[in-house]
Amino acid sequence: MVSALFPLVVDGAVTRRRGKVLAGPVSLTLDGAGTAVVIGPNGSGKTSLLRLLHGTARLNEGRITWACGLTEARARQSFVFQRPVMLRRTVLENILYPLRLRGVAAGEARKEALIWAKRVGLSDAVDVPATVLSGGEQQKLALARALITAPDVVFLDEPCASLDGRATREIEELLCEVRAAGTRLILATHDMGQARRLADTVLFLLHGRIHELAPARAFFERPQTAEAAAFLKGDIVE
Amino acid sequence: MAELWNGLVQAFWLIVSVDAELLEIALRSLHVTLTALVIAAMIALPLAGVLAVRRFRWRRFVIAVLNALMGLPPVVVGLIVYVILSRSGPLGVFGLLFTPTAMIIAQVIIIVPLMASIAHQSLRELWQEYHDLLISMNVTEGQKMRTLLWDARRALLTAALAGFGRAIGEVGAIMIVGGNIDHATRVLTTAIALETGRGDFALALALGFVLIALTVAINMTIHWLGQTERDGRW
Repeated sequence: MVSALFPLVVDGAVTRRRGKVLAGPVSLTLDGAGTAVVIGPNGSGKTSLLRLLHGTARLNEGRITWACGLTEARARQSFVFQRPVMLRRTVLENILYPLRLRGVAAGEARKEALIWAKRVGLSDAVDVPATVLSGGEQQKLALARALITAPDVVFLDEPCASLDGRATREIEELLCEVRAAGTRLILATHDMGQARRLADTVLFLLHGRIHELAPARAFFERPQTAEAAAFLKGDIVE
Repeated sequence: MAELWNGLVQAFWLIVSVDAELLEIALRSLHVTLTALVIAAMIALPLAGVLAVRRFRWRRFVIAVLNALMGLPPVVVGLIVYVILSRSGPLGVFGLLFTPTAMIIAQVIIIVPLMASIAHQSLRELWQEYHDLLISMNVTEGQKMRTLLWDARRALLTAALAGFGRAIGEVGAIMIVGGNIDHATRVLTTAIALETGRGDFALALALGFVLIALTVAINMTIHWLGQTERDGRW
């Protein structure tokens, strides 16, 4: 499947808050396949970069251009937050919410949501209030809600932070299935193991800028910069 | 103590004998208060929603004014509405003074700030919680407002109950604009004030107990309908 959204061309994009640069200037071109993993030390601007690309952080400078135009591009993206936001509704109502926003009929939305609830292992909890789920279950719900609209690209901000190994594995398996079906994943993580398991492309961020952008294998085997090499060794990089 | 006991006994007999006058007064109380509540909700809830999610120049000032107006003296509201609706006032031509409509107008003015302030607090907290998700889903203003109002419905019910409580117990304003006219504008609170003035404390207390019973019954019904205390619900 070739997405109409790509290539994504970013040219000198900068986002600031109260005058402080959170991310940028960033320039890159992404095509529509695989998983791009954003790594970097704490405070390097991973979340800000994801928000900037997704369009929820203000673009103060530069340009971000999707192949199909911004409005359509926004409609074909989803975002999964580090701390999943649960609507004060049941699990099923949370999953079907994006479909209802798009005007899908209630019956059809419910049917689709039940399929996704089953797919993420929440079929026994569809009528449970979402806020009483465990952290792992909430993240799976957030993933189902993000994927139910069949987006072309999904931004994931540390989706497995603070989850146990089993929940992390289940989420990664689902992400691999989605990627295999042609969805572009752009994932920020501080978990190097996860980055190695999922990445096709690595964006190494430092001080809000892309310090190194390379295919995953090349990056992990032969990092081109001293900072990236130090980061991979587990040294503190400032 | 004997007065209290007599009041309780009289209230019991007024209720079980389905006293026609009591029924008329109680129904008028409910009609005026529930109508005012519905109108106030239609004004206060959207206003609270706008104040919670929109950023505009005078937002903080409007919130401060609303909070200040929660303590609006009902007698002053009654007086202002009286002046506006009186024959020489700007709306005197409609002939609304000393009618239930005038009482409804006064009650709406009294409870809108209270309901809007309580609702605003709940909606603001919910908006902070939902902000990133709804922005990332690219929702329209209408979808955003509907989502917040629906998901905060139980907190909004509390705002409505607070408004109901204030309105049904109100006496100063509706006495001024309604005039406590028998078979026209007499409601439970004004009837209590009248009987107290006449020195019939037992009847006044009986009416008071009926008013309390009515308020508790309405509150419990709304709680039951809203399922506010169900496990795991919001």
